[in-house]
Amino acid sequence: MSTTTLPPPDLIVRPNYLNVSHGLKSWLLTKDHKRIAILYLLSITFFFFIGGFFAFLIRLELLTPAGDLVSDDNYNRLFSMHGIIMVFLFLIPSVPAVLGNFVLPIMIGARDLAFPRVNLLSWYIYVLAGLFTLFVVFAGGVDTGWTFYVPYSSLYANGWVVATAVGVFIAGFSSILTGLNFIVTVHKMRAPGLTWGRLPLFIWSNYATAIIQVLGTPVLAITLTLLAVERIAHVGIFDPKVGGDPVLFQHMFWFYSHPAVYIMILPGMGVISEIVTCFSRKRIFGYSFVAAASLAIAVFGFLVWGHHMFVTGQSIYAGMVFSLLSFLVAIPSAIKVFNWTATMYRGSISYETPMLYAFGFIGLFTIGGLTGLFLATLGLDVHLHDTYFIIAHFHYIMVGGMLMAYLGGIHFWWPKMTGRMYPEGWARFAALLVFVGFNLTFGPQFILGYLGMPRRYHAYPPEFQVLNVLSTAGASILAVGYLIPMIYLIWSLKYGRIAAPNPWGAVGLEWQTSSPPPTENFETTPIVTEETYHYSNEAKDFV
Amino acid sequence: MLKNLPLFPVEGSTGAHEVDALYFYLIAVSAVFTIAIFICVMVFAIKYRRRSPYEVPKPIEGSWFLETLWSVIPMLIGISMFVWGAKVYFDHAVPPRNALEIFVVGKQWMWKLQHPEGNREINELHIPIGQPVKLTMTTEDVIHSFFIPEFRVKRDVVPGRYNNIWFQAMRPGTYHIFCSQYCGTQHSAMIGHVYAMTPDDYQNWLAGGGDQSMAKRGEALFQQLGCSSCHNLDGQGRCPNLRGVFGNTVLLRGGGQVIANEAYVRESILFPEAKVVAGFEPIMPTFQGLVNEEGLLQLIAYIKTLSTRAANPSVPLTSPPRGRTTTPAGVPVR
Amino acid sequence: MSDAPATVTHPAFAHQFDNLGQQRDVAVFGMWVFLVTEIMFFGGLFAGYTVYRSMYPHAFAIASQYMNVTVGALNTGVLICSSLTMVLAVQAAQLGRNRVVIWFLLATIAFGLVFLGVKAYEYHEKWVEQVVPGFNFHIHLPEARQIELLMVFYFVMTGMHALHMVIGVGLLSYLIWRASKDEFGPDYFNPVDNIGLYWHFVDIVWIFLFPMLYLIGAHLPRMIHE
Repeated sequence: MSTTTLPPPDLIVRPNYLNVSHGLKSWLLTKDHKRIAILYLLSITFFFFIGGFFAFLIRLELLTPAGDLVSDDNYNRLFSMHGIIMVFLFLIPSVPAVLGNFVLPIMIGARDLAFPRVNLLSWYIYVLAGLFTLFVVFAGGVDTGWTFYVPYSSLYANGWVVATAVGVFIAGFSSILTGLNFIVTVHKMRAPGLTWGRLPLFIWSNYATAIIQVLGTPVLAITLTLLAVERIAHVGIFDPKVGGDPVLFQHMFWFYSHPAVYIMILPGMGVISEIVTCFSRKRIFGYSFVAAASLAIAVFGFLVWGHHMFVTGQSIYAGMVFSLLSFLVAIPSAIKVFNWTATMYRGSISYETPMLYAFGFIGLFTIGGLTGLFLATLGLDVHLHDTYFIIAHFHYIMVGGMLMAYLGGIHFWWPKMTGRMYPEGWARFAALLVFVGFNLTFGPQFILGYLGMPRRYHAYPPEFQVLNVLSTAGASILAVGYLIPMIYLIWSLKYGRIAAPNPWGAVGLEWQTSSPPPTENFETTPIVTEETYHYSNEAKDFV
Repeated sequence: MLKNLPLFPVEGSTGAHEVDALYFYLIAVSAVFTIAIFICVMVFAIKYRRRSPYEVPKPIEGSWFLETLWSVIPMLIGISMFVWGAKVYFDHAVPPRNALEIFVVGKQWMWKLQHPEGNREINELHIPIGQPVKLTMTTEDVIHSFFIPEFRVKRDVVPGRYNNIWFQAMRPGTYHIFCSQYCGTQHSAMIGHVYAMTPDDYQNWLAGGGDQSMAKRGEALFQQLGCSSCHNLDGQGRCPNLRGVFGNTVLLRGGGQVIANEAYVRESILFPEAKVVAGFEPIMPTFQGLVNEEGLLQLIAYIKTLSTRAANPSVPLTSPPRGRTTTPAGVPVR
Repeated sequence: MSDAPATVTHPAFAHQFDNLGQQRDVAVFGMWVFLVTEIMFFGGLFAGYTVYRSMYPHAFAIASQYMNVTVGALNTGVLICSSLTMVLAVQAAQLGRNRVVIWFLLATIAFGLVFLGVKAYEYHEKWVEQVVPGFNFHIHLPEARQIELLMVFYFVMTGMHALHMVIGVGLLSYLIWRASKDEFGPDYFNPVDNIGLYWHFVDIVWIFLFPMLYLIGAHLPRMIHE
């Protein structure tokens, strides 16, 4: 409906957070959560493309059964760096540090986060972690996989293990500080009238994520510290020759890294809740269930780490406990999918790009989540563990789910962040490319996995080639699908249509302020008097 | 090309079929839910598409009935998957008593296999069909994982302990061995083949290769390393007589007891102070660095021959079994 | 609630808050959340220690006898005193007595430095006794390797603790600088309060470390021979 070509005159000259001050120093020393979000956006995008480039090289290598593009040693470094960069420098910060930082304070009617300087510090820490990682990349990389299993990484790997561990440790600190900031902000700085029961689901998701960040990441920190100590001092913390237990490392590592996957997906789920309600123009179905599901995922997520270790030779009974709990943790995610779908029922649905990404998310996350059940099933996991089935499973959730949610959120809040609209036609086309390319890339990998192709393989038996070729073909399409938004989003900064304060007709406090918002977010602190997705009351507000 | 595209490996072992059945069950359930969600999303997206810019749908708050329904039903389905999966896992966890034992040592970047009769293979495993085969496995260096897709079996090999798997091949054939735990540079080259043969062919193959049996090699090592000087087999010396030990219960110094299985023997050779036999002093030196993993397996094979209750395959293998231990003064440390 | 951008004129007032009370409330809450992360950090270490101790109780008891219980108890007392002076500094800040704040912070730092000095002495002793894993470790008991494992945990746990204390000393120095500019008073003493919380936490970690590392084998007859 917002097809007017003439922007309201005052929007162009009104001071907002972007034009209120200029110069590098005003950005690098900013305390404004919105500017910090943009800083994160730039750095995260940079690392995403590095990690993506490595993925592309991996898929190129896997076009042929023989290892002929890169040496086996380099291949091992490629997949390790791909995983480390994508997990720690992209997926974990992405939605919270970019979208959360930008939107969360505005959504709750605050002028900023509780600790703006800690926020800026978290970005600098992230950059430091990124620099460590870049150093490692240029110095030759590390080849332990992002999982750093001992004794390989402590006693046998020759690569920059300690430097990488330090980089990840530092990145973890950034994550902790973001989580800390969010928890305190949500507890203490909500606008008057914004009770917990009126919180947008994006906030609930980020809050649950923050809890995991705060409780889980320190355990990764100490695990990596012990790994570094073992490697530097040559003492046998996990070395069986001195009575150490290499499987203890796995317990400690996965105690964080399993909840970490919920750090990665929960914020994306929050984005989807916002998008689906807005583009169905309808309140969420089952608000309290979706909110409670976020918390349940955060809590249960801490209890299932052993399902990564079913074939290590740990006790059968421990395996059974972890398996059962893993099934239970799937239920809240299923509840969310059903609620999103039910929200669309008798809604008023439009097909703007964010909604297309939401459709994609619902479908692909469903598949990814269901395949998780295959892996929770003890008898099946024995066969599937460490094969391409696992790779397909987590990429369906992380790329098909999380990355689509991130892109959906970027498009959804782009007008708010930049004051410009992106070109809808190109955006829809790119979304379609991403969906098609993604399925072609990772669908065949489920089959490859059941056939028995192990992961992290540089070369493979010829009978796996056809599926690998399909997968690489999909990856090429996917790559184009990601490059197109890069181009038009940058283009839109100068040439995009000027955006109205509320181009989508959404409800939510962030849409009550201008696009882009002023530094203080609001002229006056809003007072909340209605439930969060009060679409039916807002007919008069649709532009 | 597509016609020959396999979707799953052949079912090479007796256990493979049930794993496949479980897989198909999960695929069916997943397909149902996936298709249902896809259809709902697509139908709703089209049927409820925005027709007028001013339309405002009626709000629907939720439905306790639906929430309960779609929580309980998935939970029940999940539990059914759990139960079946746990059953399959449990069935495959404990090898049958009459299993043929073969020993595997992984190392960067090859699999070394030893048959009790003495045949040794690298990256190849010859087995007879129609009989359970139990692999007792460890590694010399990092964690690897022994994976036979056609048998649907996989187990990590972890330094410092023995893990085992078992399977029964159904028909002659050649099957993949993969290392499926990333282990360094040539991880993807650490592959091989299982050759399942008829029992006659297997016997022929056995006769063709292999000089000394594992137990014989173990006996030689036992002399060579000086074990026999203390562990006098014809009476009591300063050290326990090892006759009749394997497979039976051992009383430990300071209280507690343990079953003498492979893990116990291995631990006693490498960490002799961990479990000292009751009535003896902790004077045994360690042999760490003096004998490798294959040698340890040979010694264990030899020690098994000293016991009539030898090699009870149903004795569960754990990592060094933890009996209750106390200080020399007899005061429990806890 | 105020609706205009908050116009409190205290120099330390931050614009995102409505009033100083909210600012203080939020700061304390934030520090507690941070301390939870620290609990998880040390908790991971404690978990690893617990696993190995339950596997090798005897070896750990022997290893514990390498610790000097008297020196450790002295250090514990020193830290407890430092927490007392810290609390007194917070109280002084609440009362706006910045001079007194400085004195108590200096006392706290002094105690902290005594603790660190004693720790350094203990580390030196470990070197002399040749029980420093990886660098200088020679024991001729059968349980030598498991003893080395405990010593690794000893150094990592006390080392991490000492690192936190060093950071704490730095933070206290920062507080002294601010107090020297008369910044603290009844309406604003957050930094002293929060850094005090941090200091108490570091103290409590030591209260756990002391029995876990020093006292395990204390009741047993001597098993190591110097």
